[in-house]
Amino acid sequence: MSESGVTGDGVRGVRPGRQAPTGAGGGRRRHRRGRGEQPMVPDAAFSSYYGKPVLKKPTWKPLDIAGYLYLGGLAGASSLLAAGGQVTGRPGLAAPAKLGAAGAISLSLAALVHDLGRPARFLNMLRVFKPTSPMSVGSWLLAGYAPLTLTAAATEVAGRYRLLGSAATVASAVLGPAVATYTAVLLSDTAVPSWHEGHRELPFVFAGSAATAASGLALAAAPPAQAGPARRLAVLGAALELGAFRVMKRRMGLTAEPFEQGRPHLLLRAAEALTAGGAALALCCGRDRRLALAAGAALLTGSAALRFGVFHAGVASAEDPKYTVVPQRERLERRGR
Amino acid sequence: MRDGDEDRGRLWYGPQPDVAGDSGYPDAPPRMGFFTDTSVCIGCKACEVACKEWNAIPEDGLVWTGMSYDNTQGLGADTWRHVAFIEQRKPFGGQEPGVAHEDVDVFAAAARLGTDASSPGPGATAPPPGRAPEGAPAGQISPLSPDGRTELRWLMSSDVCKHCTHAACLDVCPTGALFRTEFGTVVVQEDICNGCGYCVPACPYGVIDQREDDGRVWKCTLCYDRLGVGMEPACAKSCPTDSIQFGPLDELRERAQARVAQLHAAGVPDARLYGESPEDGVGGDGAFFLLLDEPEVYGLPPDPVVTTRDLPAMWRHAALAAGSLLALALGSFARRPR
Ligand code: SF4
Ligand code: SF4
Repeated sequence: MSESGVTGDGVRGVRPGRQAPTGAGGGRRRHRRGRGEQPMVPDAAFSSYYGKPVLKKPTWKPLDIAGYLYLGGLAGASSLLAAGGQVTGRPGLAAPAKLGAAGAISLSLAALVHDLGRPARFLNMLRVFKPTSPMSVGSWLLAGYAPLTLTAAATEVAGRYRLLGSAATVASAVLGPAVATYTAVLLSDTAVPSWHEGHRELPFVFAGSAATAASGLALAAAPPAQAGPARRLAVLGAALELGAFRVMKRRMGLTAEPFEQGRPHLLLRAAEALTAGGAALALCCGRDRRLALAAGAALLTGSAALRFGVFHAGVASAEDPKYTVVPQRERLERRGR
Repeated sequence: MRDGDEDRGRLWYGPQPDVAGDSGYPDAPPRMGFFTDTSVCIGCKACEVACKEWNAIPEDGLVWTGMSYDNTQGLGADTWRHVAFIEQRKPFGGQEPGVAHEDVDVFAAAARLGTDASSPGPGATAPPPGRAPEGAPAGQISPLSPDGRTELRWLMSSDVCKHCTHAACLDVCPTGALFRTEFGTVVVQEDICNGCGYCVPACPYGVIDQREDDGRVWKCTLCYDRLGVGMEPACAKSCPTDSIQFGPLDELRERAQARVAQLHAAGVPDARLYGESPEDGVGGDGAFFLLLDEPEVYGLPPDPVVTTRDLPAMWRHAALAAGSLLALALGSFARRPR
C-alpha cells in the first residue's frame, strides 16, 4: 500500500500553503506586525482557507465614506450650536454654525453620491423606506435635514425671512443629533467585526466626535466673547468621545485589535492627542483669538482622524479572517457545542 | 417553536418557516434551495462553468494561485459558484493515491465489471458480500480500502450564495434592489441597484460583491429565470455526482440528515451539516452543505449571525447617543449661576 506524500514536485515534503491542517485550531494564520505593539489578546490559532478573508471588505472609498461620516457629524452638531446661539442671543456663534452645517451637509451628500457605483441612480435611495437599512433611514433623514440647514443658512446670509430662518434652525437642531449618530449604526450594521462588535458604544463615540468638530469650527470662526458654549461643548464632547472609545475597546476583545495596529492606530492616536489637546487649549485659553483658532483646527482635524481611523480599522478587520473566525469559534465553544 | 400566526409575524431573527409568505407572497411555492454534499464532490468545476455560461458572467481573472486546484479563489461579483480544494494529511477511506496502474489492462477490467465479487458492476457502492470492513454496513457504502487507510485527503466543496432565511444583504439594501422571490431565494434587480455597496460588507459569508467596471453588485440568483419555468439551476443540472442537489428545502433537509447518518455509520465521523439548522444565526441557509471538516477550513464562517439581529439595539443606542449630544449642547448653553 502506498503512502501519499503527494506534493507539487512529486516526492514527499510539504510545500507550505498547500497542505491545510485539519480541524478548528489547525493554525493557518497570517501574522501582522503591530509596530512593536503588544497584541491585546494573545494570538489564537485558527483555521482558514489559505488565509483568505471570510468577508468581502467594504467597497467604499475611504475619502468619500469616512469624509461623509465626519461631515455629517460636523453638520449635525453645528445645527445644535446654531440653534443655541440663536436662542441665547449669540449671533456671532449662530451664523458660522449655520453656514458650517449647510456647507458640511452639502459636501457630505456630494461624497455619498460620488461613492455610488451608479451615481445617476442616487434617487433610487428614496424608492423605499426601510427601517432595516440604516442607509435608507439616513437618506430620508438627510432628505429632511439638508433643506432645513440650507434654508437656515440662506436666510442668515440674505438677512431676510428671519422667522422662516429661525424655524428652520430649530428644526435642523432637532434632526441634527440623529444625523450625527446614525452614521455609527451605518457602520455597525455590517458583518465587519471591528464595526459590528462596537455597536453599543460607537454612536456615543461619534456623538462626542461630532461635538468636538462643531465646537472646533465655532471656536475658529466665532468671536471669543460669544464662543463660551463652544468651548464647553468641546470639553464635554472630547470627554464623551474618548471615554466611550475606551469602553468600546474594552468590551470588544479581539476585534479591538485592528484599532491598535498600523494606520488606524496612528490615526486614532493622533485623533486622541488632537481632541484632548484642542479641548484643553479651548478651555484654558480659548479667549485668545489665535489660540482659539489653533484649538479649533486641532478639534476639527482630530474628529476627522477619528472617523478615518475607525473606517480603516474596520476594513482591516474584514481583510483578516482571524477577526471573523476566532470570535465566532469562541462563541460556539461558550455555547458548549 | 411557536405556532401559526406568530410565526408569520415579521421576525428579524430566528426560525422563519415561511420566508416567502413573510415577504408578501400569499400562495408561494415551497421554498427551494441547494444541498451541496461535499463528500461526493470530485472537483470537476462543471458547476462553475455552467453557472458562468448560463448567466453570461464575465471573466473573473486568470491566475495560477498555487492553492491546490483552486484558481478561482472565492465567490465574488463574477464568480457565483466556487469550488474549494483543500489538501490535508488525514486518513480518508477509499482514496488510493500513488498506486501504480501501468500493469492494469483497463479494457479487460472493464469487461469483467460485475462478473465477480471483487469487481462490482457500475453503480455498485457496496463492498462485495463478506468483505465489508468493520463498521461499514454492507450494501451501503465502502469508505475504507480493504488493506488500510490512506494518508491524504482532498476536500472539495462547491460554495455558493446561501440564500439566507434572514439575509443581511437584503435587509440593508436601501433601494429595494435586493428582494425575496416567491421561491424564498434572494436576488438583485440589476436595473434598480445603484451600487451603494452596503450589501457587500453586510453579508456574513462574504458572497456578494461589486463589479468594478459596472458599479453594481452581483451574486447567485439561484437561476431565478430557470426556476420560473420549472427548471433546476444550471450548476445542479451540470453536477455529475449530484454533489449539488436542488429541490424543496424541507426535502433536502431530510435527505441531508439521512446522508449524515449514513456517513457516520460508515465510519466518517467528521461529516456534519452546515447552514441546515433554522436555529442558527441566519435562521438557516437556503443553500446548505455537508462538510467533512470545520467550516473555517473551507473559508466559511463557523457561526455567522445576521447583523440586523442587533439592529434594534443599535437604533436604541444611537437614539441614546443623540439624546446625550443634545444634553451636552444644552449643558454648554446653560447659564452658569453667578
Ligand atoms: S449569503 Fe450573503 S449574499 Fe447570499 S443571501 Fe445570505 S447575506 Fe445575502
Ligand atoms: S449595492 Fe445595490 S443591491 Fe447592494 S445594497 Fe446597494 S442598492 Fe442594494
